[in-house]
Amino acid sequence: MNLPVIIKFIIDLLAVLLLALGIKGLSKVKSARDANRLAAFAMSLSVIGLLSFYLGTSGVTIQSWIWIIIGSIIGSLLGAILAKKVPMTSMPETVALFNGCGGMSSLLVALGVAIFPISNSLENVDFFKSLINEVSISVSIFVGAITFTGSIVAMAKLQGWLSTPGWTQSKGRHFVNIVFAVASLIAFFDLINGNTSSIWLLVVVSSLLGIGVTLPIGGADMPVVISLLNSYSGIAAAAAGFVVDSQLLIVAGAMVGAAGLILTQVMCKGMNRSLVSVLFGGSLSAQSTTSSGSGEYTNITSCSVEECALTLEAANKVIIVPGYGLAVAQAQHTLREVTKKLEQNGIEVVYAIHPVAGRMPGHMNVLLAEADVPYEQLKEMDVVNPDFPATDVVLVLGANDVVNPQAKNDSSSPLYGMPVLDVQEARTVFVIKRGMSAGYSGIKNDLFDLPNTSMVFGDAKKVLNDLIGELKDLGVGEK
Amino acid sequence: MSFISLLWVLLLGSLLGLELIGKVPPTLHTPLMSGANAISGITMLAALTLIVKADGNLPLLIIGSVSLGFALFNVVGGFFVTDRMLAMFSRKPSNKK
Repeated sequence: MNLPVIIKFIIDLLAVLLLALGIKGLSKVKSARDANRLAAFAMSLSVIGLLSFYLGTSGVTIQSWIWIIIGSIIGSLLGAILAKKVPMTSMPETVALFNGCGGMSSLLVALGVAIFPISNSLENVDFFKSLINEVSISVSIFVGAITFTGSIVAMAKLQGWLSTPGWTQSKGRHFVNIVFAVASLIAFFDLINGNTSSIWLLVVVSSLLGIGVTLPIGGADMPVVISLLNSYSGIAAAAAGFVVDSQLLIVAGAMVGAAGLILTQVMCKGMNRSLVSVLFGGSLSAQSTTSSGSGEYTNITSCSVEECALTLEAANKVIIVPGYGLAVAQAQHTLREVTKKLEQNGIEVVYAIHPVAGRMPGHMNVLLAEADVPYEQLKEMDVVNPDFPATDVVLVLGANDVVNPQAKNDSSSPLYGMPVLDVQEARTVFVIKRGMSAGYSGIKNDLFDLPNTSMVFGDAKKVLNDLIGELKDLGVGEK
Repeated sequence: MSFISLLWVLLLGSLLGLELIGKVPPTLHTPLMSGANAISGITMLAALTLIVKADGNLPLLIIGSVSLGFALFNVVGGFFVTDRMLAMFSRKPSNKK
């Protein structure tokens, strides 16, 4: 071993170690930020390692440098700008977009190597070696394409650019996807047989498969899908590692792939969904239209913002249940103003965070943190559930399925078994909601029919603004 | 690198990944996903290799460069966005009354 090889080996080893520590640190609140920086540092280190290795061995031509610089500047700049500009509420689709681009990168590398065999890969053609190469190229293209189109579809659906077309809920979609999958397999074997042009077939059908698999999945399950696609992009990276003979790529890709799978599993558990039903079950609302879920409301009480303010003023303990509607209305800051007033009046305020509140698990915590809500006031479901009977007022802000008592009481409900917040135990429940439309699941919420529940109709932000005004009139929070 | 040892690397890497995150508080699901996502942009190394070994082949240089751009978009954007999210958690203690 000569010096550049040894140096690269050491740097790679260090990078893997730091990346592993980074992922580990990201799973704890205290260390998360440093861990993220550590991982970023490890990534830069790996680039330096690779470039110095080539400088010390084959050398890097001016022409290569130019293309390296062009690619990196454009990519980094766009990435940084998007990351700085994007509102916190659009995090899920942003992660999906980034993820798709990672998949695209793996796809392009494999495609490049397949069309223009580079030295040290396809040229020394011992049969076994070339077979491995073709397999890894195919896997890289297959997984990379699925990651790319799947992520883009996921992003478009979360942005509201794409809805769920009706035909995708029929059984026929499985047939279509099976056709795509079989076609990919045929293209794969054709490729191994030495027919290079079938690589294009592989690109096209695996892209279509990515679309076909993601399109039928409903908005509520999208976070799980993004997490799964994130795992795929790791697998694509590992496959690309086989293509260019890089251990570092294989380790890092495998790590992300495996960690992504675990995270997907954890998310599924929080939502009471199995991975299989997310992937093949179609959207939840489509299933439930025929079940008991879609009954009529019989006993809705609606009330004005003023009444709500009066009740809040008289309360000792208030629990806020923020949900998707709050995120969409970007009302987290307005909410914080309301709770500040209440706190100044000596009212105890706590936020009950359902594991899947917001648009993605943990998303609500990020949004509330952005609005300067003290971390100690955010209570997880299991912690806060016993508190509801001793609570005077619960404010449900744009949350729906996560406060549906059906999940506990009605075994025929599709929601049955999902962990929910027991808000109905509180003395008074105010549900701030735009209209009577159903939540993600499309299921009737029994909570709305209960005698201690009042609906305050309106956009979350507007209602909260009105509430601030009413509280001011009542002299709440004035010193 | 022989294929077999690369397979070992794959196996051990996967096992490591499975062990790394056992219990994650729901708070961190989104940042963790986003951070891990940034790491999957490690394919930038493959794109770099492609460019360095392109040997003056223009189409290959372009493919490599585009691929590098996509990967860095993922890496840089991913880490920045994760940092932005996490900054909101870590700034809490200083603001507390």
